[in-house]
Amino acid sequence: MSRIAERFRSCRAAGRTALVPYITGGDPAPGRTVELMHALVAGGADILELGVPFSDPMADGPVIQAACGRALAAGTTPEQLLEAVRRFRADDPGTPVILMGYANSLEAAGYRAFVERAAAAGVDGLLTVDLPPEEAGELAPAAAEHGVDLIYLVAPNTSAARLERVCAGASGFIYAVALKGVTGAGSLDAGAVAGQVAAIREATDLPIAVGFGVRDPESAATLAPVADAVVVGSALVRLIGEHGDAPGLAERLRDAVGALRRAMDQTQAEGGS
Amino acid sequence: MATASDGREDPAAEGRFGRYGGRFVSETLIGPLEELTEAYAEARQDPAFQAEIDRELRDFVGRPTPLYLAERLTRRAGGARIYLKREDLAHTGAHKINNTVGQAVLAARMGKRRIIAETGAGQHGVATATVAARMGLECVIYMGADDVQRQAANVYRMRLLGAEVRPVETGTRTLKDALNEAMRDWVAHIDDTFYIIGTVAGPHPYPGLVRDLQRVIGVEARRQVQEAEGRLPDAVVACVGGGSNALGIFHPFIDDAEVALYGVEAGGEGLDSGRHAAPLTAGQPGILHGARSYLMESPEGQILGTHSISAGLDYPGVGPEHAWLKDSGRAQYATVTDEQALAAFHRLCRDEGILPALETSHALAYAEELAAGLSPEQLVVVNLSGRGDKDIATVAAQEGIEL
Repeated sequence: MSRIAERFRSCRAAGRTALVPYITGGDPAPGRTVELMHALVAGGADILELGVPFSDPMADGPVIQAACGRALAAGTTPEQLLEAVRRFRADDPGTPVILMGYANSLEAAGYRAFVERAAAAGVDGLLTVDLPPEEAGELAPAAAEHGVDLIYLVAPNTSAARLERVCAGASGFIYAVALKGVTGAGSLDAGAVAGQVAAIREATDLPIAVGFGVRDPESAATLAPVADAVVVGSALVRLIGEHGDAPGLAERLRDAVGALRRAMDQTQAEGGS
Repeated sequence: MATASDGREDPAAEGRFGRYGGRFVSETLIGPLEELTEAYAEARQDPAFQAEIDRELRDFVGRPTPLYLAERLTRRAGGARIYLKREDLAHTGAHKINNTVGQAVLAARMGKRRIIAETGAGQHGVATATVAARMGLECVIYMGADDVQRQAANVYRMRLLGAEVRPVETGTRTLKDALNEAMRDWVAHIDDTFYIIGTVAGPHPYPGLVRDLQRVIGVEARRQVQEAEGRLPDAVVACVGGGSNALGIFHPFIDDAEVALYGVEAGGEGLDSGRHAAPLTAGQPGILHGARSYLMESPEGQILGTHSISAGLDYPGVGPEHAWLKDSGRAQYATVTDEQALAAFHRLCRDEGILPALETSHALAYAEELAAGLSPEQLVVVNLSGRGDKDIATVAAQEGIEL
């Protein structure tokens, strides 16, 4: 069983929705990434999503774009992020790590070469925002060969026919984009998200994570009962943007994740009573 | 000649030009792109759609534009006869309006009442704002903050036409960042918004759609040169930023093997300086803005900043069909530096009484050199893609004059 499947299984057994924090790798500096990854886990993260910074992150809002800018200004390369995952993995063999990024980083490295290096470093999944299943012809066989899950986005406007196709190519979990917009935008409609998740469940047995627009413990708590995982990105990245140079950044991140975790657990405890 | 892909002839199909093109976008954009692809495929079957575009091009844009024999420029170059396809005489002063008219007609047909667009030099923004005003559509234009500074007159023109211009402060604050921001707007407002991409780039169906709408340039030029000379030209020359004016004039000649096709990229301060915008000449294949094509990028795939004296060529990518034309050898691509383009700008002003756009001046510089190496019986057609009034402040600044 892959690390991702194993983690969803254990969360389900414990009756908890997985919490998936996102940070941009190399922000504020590549040397800080391992420490921050451990801090996220200490706060209660079940799966980590590590952004591979790209110069033109079209699907991201201003917060994550700024983080990409900081990481690149600090000289971050994909190779450094893989090294960070390798070091993280030495101390944490269980927490799945997903790399989220853009197709050109893989294209430049070569799809097969990138997957081989990522798998060797301990990466469990790839979420490549602008590489829908139709364009993943080179990536998919290499990923399957190396046991790296390919996680795909499903949007509110994804048609039923297309949903079937996306789910057929996906592994690990399905990432439901909760709103029409970029990361960190807008406000969530929990009812609409519940409907969207129900439609995805018709198409697949894979776990379903919900993200884009989860800005605080309250919205994380709202979504926890309807999904298998909740992804929180911009809210944490904003913290790094504001406090990147100040002492205690790791503690701040840990506490922010802890607050998300508590809010989610509380809703579920209430829902279960 | 054989085509590498059906996509080249049928943008309603896969949208592939050999290994280039495609639809490398976030899932949220797939639905709207499919909707657009279907709407365009359906519209193309409807004679009323093309008739409406033809009517707008004739009565509003002023087509056909003339094919003009540049006699004094020909004499100076001292070789082949140089013809200019006068897109500068189209309404708003550049070829860009051919595309915006067509897409706006399609938008109205799809019931979209809000138009967004990105712009670099401002020509596409002006052309979009113009058709939006003409058709009573709401219009928002994204423009890099640096370009807003460089092209203040065009910004004001757009505002006069009722458009809202939103400066983009992120990234390199130029065209590529405006494109990112327009895409983000589209993702968030897909229900009522039509995104008019200004060039033959972006995800499928845009490269084929924009190419189809710009083909009118080449269709007219091909007919006009045959009327004037009784034969096809030996060469067709156009500047290439995203590549829409070049593809528009090239495309109807692609099957005419005897017609050489030359695309001219911005050499900036020279290829060795690194300060240029010549992805076909000095870049490599990669993925940006929804398609695979040639790019200016770092070894890790980060998109590089570009430089050109002309804002309209200042873009790190290029339309995927150009990438295919380059690899197949059907078209050849070269570069012209800022300095060479400026010199050609001045020559056309003095020799022919025409102020060309700085973008176009790149094509002129190359064409003059090409013509000089050919015989007087030979013919070179240059796409005079736009007028240069927008650039006079830039040119004046080169001479230390502030207007």
